[in-house]
Amino acid sequence: MGDLLVLVISCIFINNILLAQYLGNCPFLGTSKKMETAIGMAGAVVFVLTMAGIITWLIDVYFLKRLDIEFLRTIAFILVIASLVQFVEMFLKKSIPALYAGLGIFLPLITTNCAVMGVCLINIQEEYSFLQAVVSSLAYAVGFGVALVLFTGIRERIILGRVPKPLQDTSIGLITAGFVALVFIGFQGLV
Amino acid sequence: MAKTISQEFIKGLWTEIPPFRLVLGLCPALAVTKSVENGIGMGLATTFVLLCSNLLVSLLRNIIPPKIRIACFIIIIATFVTVVELMMQAYTYPLYQALGIFIPLIVVNCIVLGRAEAFAFKNPIFPSVADGLGIGVGFTLALGALGAVRELLGSGTLLGHAMFGPGFQPFAFMVEAPGAFVSLGLMLCFMNMLGKR
Repeated sequence: MGDLLVLVISCIFINNILLAQYLGNCPFLGTSKKMETAIGMAGAVVFVLTMAGIITWLIDVYFLKRLDIEFLRTIAFILVIASLVQFVEMFLKKSIPALYAGLGIFLPLITTNCAVMGVCLINIQEEYSFLQAVVSSLAYAVGFGVALVLFTGIRERIILGRVPKPLQDTSIGLITAGFVALVFIGFQGLV
Repeated sequence: MAKTISQEFIKGLWTEIPPFRLVLGLCPALAVTKSVENGIGMGLATTFVLLCSNLLVSLLRNIIPPKIRIACFIIIIATFVTVVELMMQAYTYPLYQALGIFIPLIVVNCIVLGRAEAFAFKNPIFPSVADGLGIGVGFTLALGALGAVRELLGSGTLLGHAMFGPGFQPFAFMVEAPGAFVSLGLMLCFMNMLGKR
């Protein structure tokens, strides 16, 4: 139990997927201008990433490793993620239209969110057990959400300020992200 | 015709250079640019994938049904990424290890999918190849430049050679994650200043 708690803390804060592992930065900058879209994106990522983490782990262990075709991992994972996203989209559209409308455009975009693929690969690389893979997928996704929401809060403030012209938009966004990342480095001594 | 092909190539080097003008493919740009060597290695791997996927997508553009085009693009890209991954494992093992999971992650690099969708699917072979090569070389140059800044300030070296005297105190900040974000942000700002008319 203690080990899992350490894993959760290290995935959310110390190895934060956005700010320490540099994964998923395109949606991070793209959806962080308004709190509403940021929350939508965070929700979609938590949902898809957790499911993708579990399914790709099962596929890797019970299928790719058994048959000794690990070199097909990249292709297999991206196909699983793409079809999973499609499936989730159809499911939500039919059963929970309110959530579907809330997530909107972000759901299909998740296919090319490297955080999803990245976490699936990290789970395999670190040779996590099934339980660890589930926990780490969920914790990384929560870390993505936490960082995205925090960053959006700051960015909403920046829009109100007077930013010099060449620095506007993505440029100041990246610099702000740098300082948020600096804050997250402070968590390094935690575990 | 020759002129337009060279234009397709050149636009990738300046007017549409990723990740500065097209803000895509940020993750590898931030993650692997701790040194010039890694940046350029990543850029070349991406260029190869871009070139091959653009070529194949352009060749198959009349065969692929538009409804399932994205899935087809992804399979094509994933295939070439696997090729690059295996080649790098065989010939440039240290670089392969340094880039780590960012090689398989070329699959989800929005630049590659973006060019397939926005350009190669609509254009004949030669312009598509020129476009892929141009964007790829642009990306390599951008990553090399970013790597140069971070390596010079973060470890005081350039391509592994010491550039300053022994008294130089490296900025550890630059090789860590925050330095990556801040230096990319400042470079974007610099590009915006240059691009202003």
